[in-house]
Amino acid sequence: MLHRESGIFKTSYPADMALYPLPIAKWAVAAFAGLFIVIVPLTLGEYYVSILDLILIAIVGALGLNILVGYTGQISIGHGAFMSVGAYTAANLVVHLGAPFWVTIPAGGLMAALIGALVGIPSLRIKGIYLAIATLAAQLIIEWTINHVPAISGGVQASIQVPRPSLFGVQLKTQTQLYLFLMAFAVLAIVGTSNLVRSRIGRAFIAVRDQDIAAEIIGISTFRYKLWAFAISSFYAGVTGVLYTYYLGIANYEQFQITVSIDYLAMIIIGGLGSILGSILGAAFVTLLPIVTRWFLESFGGLIFSQADLANIIPNLRLILFGGLIIFFLVVEPEGLNRLWRNVRNYFRVWPFSY
Amino acid sequence: MPEFEWQFTLVLLTNGVMIGLMYALIALGFVLIYKATDAINFAQGEFVMFAGFIAAGAADLAGAPFWVSALLSVAGMVLLGFGLERVVLRPLIGRPVIAVVMATIGLAAVLRGTATLAFGAGTRAIVMPIGDEPIELGAVMLPPVQLIGAFVSIAFLAGFSWFFLKSRIGIAMRAVADSQQVALAMGIDVRRYFALAWAMAGVVSALGGVIWGAMLGVDNQLALVGLKVFPVVILGGLDSILGAVVGGLVVGIVENLAAGYLDPYVGGGTKDFAPYVLMIAALMIRPEGIFGRRRIERV
Repeated sequence: MLHRESGIFKTSYPADMALYPLPIAKWAVAAFAGLFIVIVPLTLGEYYVSILDLILIAIVGALGLNILVGYTGQISIGHGAFMSVGAYTAANLVVHLGAPFWVTIPAGGLMAALIGALVGIPSLRIKGIYLAIATLAAQLIIEWTINHVPAISGGVQASIQVPRPSLFGVQLKTQTQLYLFLMAFAVLAIVGTSNLVRSRIGRAFIAVRDQDIAAEIIGISTFRYKLWAFAISSFYAGVTGVLYTYYLGIANYEQFQITVSIDYLAMIIIGGLGSILGSILGAAFVTLLPIVTRWFLESFGGLIFSQADLANIIPNLRLILFGGLIIFFLVVEPEGLNRLWRNVRNYFRVWPFSY
Repeated sequence: MPEFEWQFTLVLLTNGVMIGLMYALIALGFVLIYKATDAINFAQGEFVMFAGFIAAGAADLAGAPFWVSALLSVAGMVLLGFGLERVVLRPLIGRPVIAVVMATIGLAAVLRGTATLAFGAGTRAIVMPIGDEPIELGAVMLPPVQLIGAFVSIAFLAGFSWFFLKSRIGIAMRAVADSQQVALAMGIDVRRYFALAWAMAGVVSALGGVIWGAMLGVDNQLALVGLKVFPVVILGGLDSILGAVVGGLVVGIVENLAAGYLDPYVGGGTKDFAPYVLMIAALMIRPEGIFGRRRIERV
């Protein structure tokens, strides 16, 4: 078959470890890069590019959360708050010091990592549901703190205006420019994560996830790696928060409430826990779900329902679909979209001569 | 610092106790499920909200009298409990904690969407056939709704304590919670008791929904009382009914005292904040709670 071998025919370690198992893989990556970096920004309108922007931002956050939940097996319902930490750090740096993006993004990430590691400290003592509830508490406490400390929140309605970032003296004004800017970070996050999970740290994460006591016994410092997982994951979340702030042009804690934490958890569950492709697919899926629901109902719902009814139906249907899909994937396909994609690929591996 | 007035403190304390007992009632639904099935119900607040919507909807739309609508709500929640256990929770038995947590979070979204879709976004009232006139007890004024809530809570908490301690079904449920395999070997139908636990949680949520709905009015904000469940059960212990009472009282009192004494300095909102700080402290010092059972883990 063109895109995959029909079996495993590797005879040497270098062949086994090769990044591109077949020449076609290299071409596929090149084609994807060409499509998303050249063709998409040239052809799509502002509105569609702005949706893609949202997906790119979500990819960074979903990858980060997947490192923590999917690879290390710790739960966090506080990622929305970690994003707000990054967002407000960056916003304050921009407003008070006029910091450029290459300062604010790492700074926002590091601040979030610090807070995330702090929240992760109880993970040594508590796990499972207790940790879930502790991170939920962190979410609420961080939200409250930002909202009640004017030094962080900038006072009026806890929101800070942030101008778009500038690159080589040019301010990124259009959605397409922003798209290329965000794409760089999404690619960085994807490459970074795929390298991380193959490294010593990543292997340790997986060992902690599979059996933390056993991991401790074979010499992995559970505490250290759990904290690392929290810190790295929160770093991604912080960066996501900064990027989102640049995208919106405003830092506002209402954009990072508990529903956001749940959205990101839904992304990695629907996409697939412990999978990079899954994070990407899940981010796209969950971002598109409300947009497609709204578009579909606004286009065709008018035939059955009145406009007043539609205003009530759209947000609620979105909630029902969202919750229903989480449950559906958990019950029917726990490995998520990533598994579905693998199934399709495996089917075509020996197509059309499958036996 | 305002002058220390015993009267003000007394009012705060009484309110705290009353609210705390009502928190305990909602936490009871959570504890019942955790005790019997080891599942964490993040949708407890939505259960309460949904029950409130059924009761308020029955009264508003069909003109049912209070007792009928309350009974309808109980019946509806029992059916919902059975149904959810069968469709959502049973396939997740034996899966990691996060799967159950996320499933109930998904459930919460579905319930919130369905309730608003079916009953509208407006606030509905549940009218109890009792007066609004507060009852005076010395310096303290108590709304009758809160008194009834407290009584119902105490009755149910006592009833369920007896149930788990003495009745055959209750003992079987404890056995299931202790070890599903051993319970199966002793001839206990584990699935039946799982379903029963969810149905019982439905009953408790229905009562919680009617009482809280009568106090606050029914809309999707009612689900927010569910957020108070976590400090309550963490403080008291996830699998202890007595713990739910004590935790509820502590949370009720702490949040009222915090609101009374701290709010003027920090600009409000301590009511939602203080219980969580307390909970973090509890998690650091004694994660299993005051009355909870410590679990020993083996490889």
